Amino acid sequence: MISAYYFGAIALILIGFYAVLVKRNVLKMLVGLSIMETGVNLLLISVGYVSGRSAPILSEGIGPSNAVDPIPQALVLTAIVIGVATTALALTIVINLYEKYKTLDAEKIRRLRG
Amino acid sequence: MLKRAFAIITLLFIGLWMASALSGVDFGADRMLVGKYYLNNVMMETGAVNTVTAVVVNYRGFDTLGEVTVLFIASTGVGALLWRRKKERTARTEGSVVLKTGARILLPFIMLFGAYIFIHGHLTPGGGFPGGATIATAFLMLYLAFTSYEIEHRVFEPLEGLAGMGYVTVGLIGLAIGGYFLFDWIWQTWGWGHGNIGRLFSAGFIPVIYTLIGLKVGTELTGIVDNMVKEEVSE
Repeated sequence: MISAYYFGAIALILIGFYAVLVKRNVLKMLVGLSIMETGVNLLLISVGYVSGRSAPILSEGIGPSNAVDPIPQALVLTAIVIGVATTALALTIVINLYEKYKTLDAEKIRRLRG
Repeated sequence: MLKRAFAIITLLFIGLWMASALSGVDFGADRMLVGKYYLNNVMMETGAVNTVTAVVVNYRGFDTLGEVTVLFIASTGVGALLWRRKKERTARTEGSVVLKTGARILLPFIMLFGAYIFIHGHLTPGGGFPGGATIATAFLMLYLAFTSYEIEHRVFEPLEGLAGMGYVTVGLIGLAIGGYFLFDWIWQTWGWGHGNIGRLFSAGFIPVIYTLIGLKVGTELTGIVDNMVKEEVSE
């Protein structure tokens, strides 16, 4: 039986993928991309969980033997920032698309060709 | 309709495939290999208590350098794509008095908390990126509450560049002293802060780098917001 965290992460990835495939509004595709990102980050972070242990901040009472894996958390920290950067860049491109074509429909934009 | 049904069926197959791949990875099992080394040696080797920031800044410093580069390129790209000859704020309606007064009162608290997050990156959860994002939130609040607010561009863009250059300079000093880029010279060579682990003045160059990253991320995200809320005025 698959864990609820893995199931949720896969579901988020698939929902985002569905939005990218089916939606015609460019902004909705971007929302789908962001949801996919969240799903991937959730999947990464849940792979690093060790049951019964706490966050990897060593202090009184929390030694190296009762902390979870710190590496996926470092990886996700990087991934979140890169996700924000790509989203900002994509939103800028959407702003420019709307100013040029006066529509956000991906199929109409494809048909216009410059 | 057919397109949607086809998409859903395909996605269900992808989901089944991913789930079957993940069923071999049981949730909550101890799979640490390198992670164990980091957890056991982080205090001695870096002086940090927060293992995640030690991994991000110290053990895998190149990741963070690349991350900062990606954010910088994104901010530059936003600026280049939204470049116009004459730009102005578009908001024309004043906010209410409650909103403006509330923003004025909240501003120093948000700034202080952001600075707290990135200065204490080696002790508490957080670090440069969350702290910088918090500071950018303060500026976003100013942009949303006041119709005519605009950041001081002569201060912001040089500060962004200087923070990035400071990060690379810290790495280059490590190259000169220790033989490789991003070598923690404050901790390893100077031995500054040993016996002080868990307090503010410890952890070698992690607080220094995170302060620089916090300033850089804060100014960069504010610059992205600044570019996005402006529109061309035709004259």
